[in-house]
Amino acid sequence: MKSSPIAAVLCAPGTNRDSDVSFALTQAGATPISYLMSDLISQPSRIDDADIIVIAGGFSYADALGAGRLFAVELENSIGDRIRAAITERRPVIGICNGFQTLVRMGILPEDNRLVALGHNDGGVFDCRWIEMEPVSKKCIWTRNLTENIHCPIAHGEGRFTAGSSTVSALLKNDQVALRYVNGNPNGSVGDIAGICDPTGVVLGLMPHPENHVVARQHPKFHRGESGGLGLALFQEGVRYVNN
Amino acid sequence: MGVIASSSESDVHRLEIRLMGTDPRARTLLHDARDLGIMSIDAIDVIDVFFIHGILENSERVALEHILVDSLLQQSSWKATATTCHHFVETALYAGVTDAASQQLLRIASRLGISVDAVTTAKRIEIVGALEPGELDLLVRKLLANPVIEYWSVDSLIIPVIPVESRAHVVPVEVVPIALDATDEQLLKLNGERGLALDIEELRAVRDHYRGLGARDIELESIAQTWSEHCAHKTFRASITDDSGVVLRSLLSQLRDTTDTIDAPFVVSSFVGNAGIVSFVDGVTIALKCETHNHPSAVEPFGGANTGVGGVIRDVLGASHMPIACTNILCFGPPDTSGSDLPDGVFHPRRIRAGVVAGIADYGNKIGLPTIAGAVLYDNGYTANPLVFAGCIGIAHGEYVATTPQPGDRIVVLGGRTGRDGLRGATFSSMTMDASTGDVAGASVQIGDPITEKLLIDVLGRGQHLFRAITDCGAGGLSSAIGEMAEGVGASVELSGLPLKYPGLSPWEIWLSEAQERMVVAVQDIEPLKEACRIYGVECTDVGEFTGDGRLVVRNNGDIIFDLDTDFLHNGRPQRHMTAMMPAPRRTEMNEAEFVSVFGDIDIVSSLQQLLRHPNIASKEAIIHRYDYEIRGATLVRPLVGALLDGHADGVVVAEPLDVHGIAIGIGVNPWFGEQDPERMALSVVDEAIRNVVAVGADPDKIALLDNFSWGDPRRETTLGHLVAAVNGCCTAAIAFSAPFVSGKDSLNNEYFGSDGERHSVPPTLVITAVAHVPDANATVTPDLKRTSNVLLVLGHTSCEFGASHLAKIMNLSDIGVVPGFDTSAPARYRTLHGAIRAGLIQSCHDVSEGGIGVAVAEMAIGGRLGVDMSCCEKASEAQWLFSESNGRFIVEVKKEDAPKVLSLFAGESCLLGIVADNDFLLFSNGRDVSVTELSDMWKTQQ
Repeated sequence: MKSSPIAAVLCAPGTNRDSDVSFALTQAGATPISYLMSDLISQPSRIDDADIIVIAGGFSYADALGAGRLFAVELENSIGDRIRAAITERRPVIGICNGFQTLVRMGILPEDNRLVALGHNDGGVFDCRWIEMEPVSKKCIWTRNLTENIHCPIAHGEGRFTAGSSTVSALLKNDQVALRYVNGNPNGSVGDIAGICDPTGVVLGLMPHPENHVVARQHPKFHRGESGGLGLALFQEGVRYVNN
Repeated sequence: MGVIASSSESDVHRLEIRLMGTDPRARTLLHDARDLGIMSIDAIDVIDVFFIHGILENSERVALEHILVDSLLQQSSWKATATTCHHFVETALYAGVTDAASQQLLRIASRLGISVDAVTTAKRIEIVGALEPGELDLLVRKLLANPVIEYWSVDSLIIPVIPVESRAHVVPVEVVPIALDATDEQLLKLNGERGLALDIEELRAVRDHYRGLGARDIELESIAQTWSEHCAHKTFRASITDDSGVVLRSLLSQLRDTTDTIDAPFVVSSFVGNAGIVSFVDGVTIALKCETHNHPSAVEPFGGANTGVGGVIRDVLGASHMPIACTNILCFGPPDTSGSDLPDGVFHPRRIRAGVVAGIADYGNKIGLPTIAGAVLYDNGYTANPLVFAGCIGIAHGEYVATTPQPGDRIVVLGGRTGRDGLRGATFSSMTMDASTGDVAGASVQIGDPITEKLLIDVLGRGQHLFRAITDCGAGGLSSAIGEMAEGVGASVELSGLPLKYPGLSPWEIWLSEAQERMVVAVQDIEPLKEACRIYGVECTDVGEFTGDGRLVVRNNGDIIFDLDTDFLHNGRPQRHMTAMMPAPRRTEMNEAEFVSVFGDIDIVSSLQQLLRHPNIASKEAIIHRYDYEIRGATLVRPLVGALLDGHADGVVVAEPLDVHGIAIGIGVNPWFGEQDPERMALSVVDEAIRNVVAVGADPDKIALLDNFSWGDPRRETTLGHLVAAVNGCCTAAIAFSAPFVSGKDSLNNEYFGSDGERHSVPPTLVITAVAHVPDANATVTPDLKRTSNVLLVLGHTSCEFGASHLAKIMNLSDIGVVPGFDTSAPARYRTLHGAIRAGLIQSCHDVSEGGIGVAVAEMAIGGRLGVDMSCCEKASEAQWLFSESNGRFIVEVKKEDAPKVLSLFAGESCLLGIVADNDFLLFSNGRDVSVTELSDMWKTQQ
């Protein structure tokens, strides 16, 4: 059992929520280490020490050719095999926002050869607002012990979870729908899906930013005396899974 | 353009990508077309087109298509599709305009080992609908294409052009003869031919400096840049004679003197360098800066606003601080302006707004900084001259020491590549615009590249020890940046090693290019910096050395192309002498009878409804959600607050999640006051900015201010008089509050000659940004009502002050009454309020500004989705009390049991307003009521 698992935070040029997720990981008891794409290309083996792999949010490569598309190509070509090996070894992986888009484009989520995508928000523009999401998957190691809904912001332009109805049914049947928007669907995602996991349950991808609700004071209604729904819980689950 | 050639000789692969379902861009275009009065369009579709130049295997095309196309979201075709639409327009960016998509596709192709010569992108817009003659042309000019950055083709496929290698067009340096005895007429002719925008005294100084020897064209350009209004702030440094014959200290000196008089212990650096610097907590300094990007935003709204944000972030970086938050204040023409009322060459205010907001969102969101505070104003005076103020604050740990380059230091340029971008930006922004400005000033506007600037932040943030001095490349490019750093030291520069966006630039273009995302640093040892840059993928070029001989010498491939004494460049400009005609605004308040005769019988409820619907007061929620205000997790008081997170905060507070200290930011702006009484406007907006930070919990004794003036042509004596009066107001207010100015910027000549022959000027617009210390982040306050049965009190005095008020505005009354005066008891009141907030006595607090108490209480009710019973508080003239815009006031919500204590704290200047009610109604003392839900719906109606 380890006391403070190492979390590798993968960053491309344009990744910008790496500091936020590192803060959340630290608060959850992990030791985050940031790796730039240039590090991963020159020394791919550095990722092998990681107990947790985190793909942070942002605008990798400016999302110039679509969200997460180039980050996916770069990761696949540099450490794709190592990430897949980590999953096989049941080391937890999480992709948040741009990281989720990247994992989908890599074919890691929901699994190879199953078609899902993250399209432009229904509203057509980037949208920053607070949402509430319900943990639903009992397979996903990140969500299965969560008892409370998470309140946290979204901040994306391409977050509309898109999949055919048979894919959605299969994901539900397989317990791969990890998180669902409740009390409002901010972007038109099919089935209110905010996050999914892979068939093994160790890989989670989600659009919202639980890393921006780590301490009670970050609650947007803190001044109204409201609290709860910390996104921290999600990261604590990842750390606990590694430590057990 | 000489360096551009059609690439028809090589293989060009055209890939069209069409979104399944409605493209959001198409929806916007359809809406905007209707704003222009074009109703005959049934449908619009937008298709992305990639042109891949090179010889490609089929497998390579498949690989690239796999990256570019998501089959669940998009359809693609390698052929130009035959379509059934009535018309189509294809637009493409000029070479050298930032196009992240083509850059990234080229980069990834190379990474995948696919040989691609070049990539260009285009947009294809398909139009279904029987357009009237002329409508297609109108659509193209006003909506689909912008000649500043794009070329296009109508009803035929666009032919992509790519830059090709060609040195043949490089223009050699030219020596311009300036005779020792050149007459004023000859000098003015030179001025016009070269577009120098200098005045006659300055031209004479240039003539005298060259002593008949002739000036290199690049030196003249450099002098024009350095001495431009934009860079030299000639008006703010001028000696001004007022109409009573008194010669005033320069406006800049007056502001500086004010800061010196206040002598606040927290000011670290004011009015020097890139930004003001303050320190509220030992070992931590804060840099603050606000800039304008008005002219560029008028001709290319997205790019203008986009690069405005990028520029002010670099100002903070250039002050050796890490940026942590962005602000913006936007002024547009009324959203309901009729398309046919638009002057030639002017975009519709909605299109300008959409482009500006998208530009700000794009930069801030991508660079990863929260955009947290701001204001949006609408007035006819901004239709042709929209204003964009962009602000940034940054933080640094450790003691701040200003550093300057030392002889022997290397001059290193970091970041983006140099292109023809923004040539003559500084002189452009100092010139009055006309209908052709969009055409002639083409190269003056660019599109930003926030990822490159993000990487600069990453390198500089982790490498403060790697350089001795730093400055940003803004207006004037390297000429300004290196010119400023070299002041008093001297520098020797070699341009030939600098990486270019495309070949064929003349040396003067390289020297003056305003390509974005570049910083200049002075370093002793370049190797460690190079290594850091390599890791982050930032380009880093050694371009020369600071010499110590006081001369600025620039070479290209060893040939001297520029040689000037830095002392002449920076100190050789003769001081401008100007004359001001001071305004004499009415200062006598209306009495009750006059108020009644001017306003008639006011229906409180319908007036309140109209006020809440007014675009200046109505909800800005739709814009705020476009900005990522959550990133960094430190936005403690957000721009959106309340029960449904749709109320608007007065000020915002940034506090790191585990830190007890915070920083509050507040904005004050009221151009309508400025038109009627500029001095009182300044007093009022300083007060407003301070109210906004005090309302959220900032310490009134630790407030620093930024001043930003956007004005008309100061050579008009009345316009200058307004400016002088406004500066007087600023100084008086700053001293009253002991809140020093630490930085400022003026943007003058915001005027426009329409093809109607009339002169359009912006209203005198002074934006005050207050940045203040929040001693206890946990004791911050928001304006949304919190709990039933709590008591609402008004703090401060309400007088009959309706000059340029929003009540007058909705009743179409102008030039009536007086602009609110300054309340000299305000500073003491704010200190008392701060004590009450720290003591936990204040449940919510809202500053009273546009629309008075009526609008303020409605906003608090909307924020908390609670009612207010005001039947207890009878007033002789309820309308006057509800809608006057007197300064120095707040509404506070306190617990019933705390009310007597708070009333006694503010004895003589507080009164009961009402009781928070567990219902949906504002109930007035005359028995009228109105539903909060209904008010909220009106306030939130999109305009």
